[in-house]
Amino acid sequence: MSFTFPHLRRAHRRLPTALWSILASFVVGGLVLLSTGNNPLTAYRALVSGALSLPNLPDTLNWAMPVVGMTLVAAIPLRAGMLNLGGDGQLVVGGLVAAIVPLHLPFTGFAAIIISMAAAIIAAGLYALLAAWGEISRGIPMLISSLLLNYPAVGVASYLVRFPLRDTTSNLPQSAMIPLDDRLPALVGPLNVGAPVMIAVALAYVWFERRTVGGLELRLSGINARFARYGGIHLARQAYGVMFVSGGIAGLVGSIIVLGSHFRFIDDGLLAPSFGPTGFMAALLAGGQPLGSVAAGLFFAAMQIGGVGMQRDTEVPRVLTMVLQAITILLIALFRRQRTDRE
Amino acid sequence: MSNLFSVILLQATLQAMTPILLASLAGVLCARVGVFNMALEGQMLVGAFFAVVGSYYGGSALAGVAAALVAVLVFTLPLALGTTWLRGDNISICIALNLLASGLTSFLLRIVFGVSGTFSDPAILPIVKLRWLWLRNIPVAGILTWAQTPITFLSWALIGVVWFLLFRTPIGLRLRGVGERPDAAQALGVDVSRYRIVTVLGSSLLLGLAGAQLSLGTVSVFSEDMTAGRGWIALVAVMLARSDPLWAAAACLLFGFTDAIGLRLQSIGLPNQLTDITPYVITLIVIVLNSGRSSIRLRMR
Repeated sequence: MSFTFPHLRRAHRRLPTALWSILASFVVGGLVLLSTGNNPLTAYRALVSGALSLPNLPDTLNWAMPVVGMTLVAAIPLRAGMLNLGGDGQLVVGGLVAAIVPLHLPFTGFAAIIISMAAAIIAAGLYALLAAWGEISRGIPMLISSLLLNYPAVGVASYLVRFPLRDTTSNLPQSAMIPLDDRLPALVGPLNVGAPVMIAVALAYVWFERRTVGGLELRLSGINARFARYGGIHLARQAYGVMFVSGGIAGLVGSIIVLGSHFRFIDDGLLAPSFGPTGFMAALLAGGQPLGSVAAGLFFAAMQIGGVGMQRDTEVPRVLTMVLQAITILLIALFRRQRTDRE
Repeated sequence: MSNLFSVILLQATLQAMTPILLASLAGVLCARVGVFNMALEGQMLVGAFFAVVGSYYGGSALAGVAAALVAVLVFTLPLALGTTWLRGDNISICIALNLLASGLTSFLLRIVFGVSGTFSDPAILPIVKLRWLWLRNIPVAGILTWAQTPITFLSWALIGVVWFLLFRTPIGLRLRGVGERPDAAQALGVDVSRYRIVTVLGSSLLLGLAGAQLSLGTVSVFSEDMTAGRGWIALVAVMLARSDPLWAAAACLLFGFTDAIGLRLQSIGLPNQLTDITPYVITLIVIVLNSGRSSIRLRMR
């Protein structure tokens, strides 16, 4: 290529904005803590030690799998200038499918796991395609349709595990247990095979974005969609592909949680930890850039685990970490230099 | 089936419509000055929370409404200043504000009231419902206006006010100019940034009212993420109406009706997990049926 891409040259200059936004969010969060009668230094010390102390490290890594996964769900469309706000719905669709399929297969074991995960990926990918279809063939903005599609997915899943699919041996709203042989093998402590799978997916995105024609097209359409179309990139086909992959990764995350940790579909079990919103914020922090997004996802996952420790040690509610993350994103949105068509 | 469509249903429709209507009028105003306000959901949620705080500590519903108005105004400052002076990315700011509203209200719920999930207390005073006896005997109007809050009546009046402001006043002409051709408006001496800031902040007051109606209008309670997508449905109403306040109100009437139908279906025995999604499914169907006419950019940039 004889011409350079300005946003690549500027990538290194974007890091400081991200860093000082994080710092500023901690300052604002500290003021909030002070005004509510808490000592910010004690709270933050508990936050850091909760995230990084050696005994908690496996927990942090286990928490990081879904957060990094949901970061990729948001980052890939973001890189192409699209917004997939339907990650939660796609996560639930994937988790539900992964909880149902093993119960109905005539065999168990490795093949059953692969088939369940593939079914979850395809189902969630197809659900995400609905939003892409709406925008491409009907002109419905994807950021609204993808968000609205969350509600039916979550509602129907909740209904299914409360009534037709309910595990009748318990009083909780959850589906029946998945057979032992159909569960993801554990590695160390809470870590299971899902973690290396997610690392592979993240690496695949890094490679795709940097080293392939598709990745170049992805970035080009993110910088300037009109120029990309003029340059011969088929935007509609790209949007379908991006949304299918994005939704598919959400489905993969759902299937890993169901097959590796919960062993069944628990109502609200996938959404209560806010993996989707956290991942979305991590992707925004890095502007969808692959390595940055993964780093931001790991950082936010560590913050959330630290938040659990903080809540235990200082009684400051752990949802504070979500406030800090939202403030970081807000500052980035306010102060990061805009990429415009003219640049 | 006959008692599914009763007058009571219409009354419930009007009740459910109020927050959505106020939010969509705010969305209309913002859209008219060229600010695509996707933060309606978060603004309403902040309003709902601080209405409960104000009512609980201030000892009156009026204090609750006042607290909601002030809180939403402050909360909206990043949007008003960010899209003008700072030239930030509108969509990112709105997404951040929605997540901030969700996190902040959950955090403050635990810090201020020491509970998670839902907070209800007899000390939260609800907004008084007007029961006008002189209207009582008029067949339909009597029942429709029975036991609605002043905010509901205000929201109906605001449909006309917003329409009149936009289409019959010099200020409205300038507002629309700022949205349609900001460079031309600037050239004619209209301060584009100032118009946008004032409009976004002014419209935020409507979201304060919407939030107060939500938490103090029917039951005095705050629960986490209680707006439950109403802000997004209001935004859909703005889009469907192409930023016309009268059509937006009509869309809100439809969405209020689907909300009321959902509640009605629940009362005849359908599980609430399914009835709760009625408004969203109908909204999606309506957008698809109405689609192909809107001209909205395909990518963020």
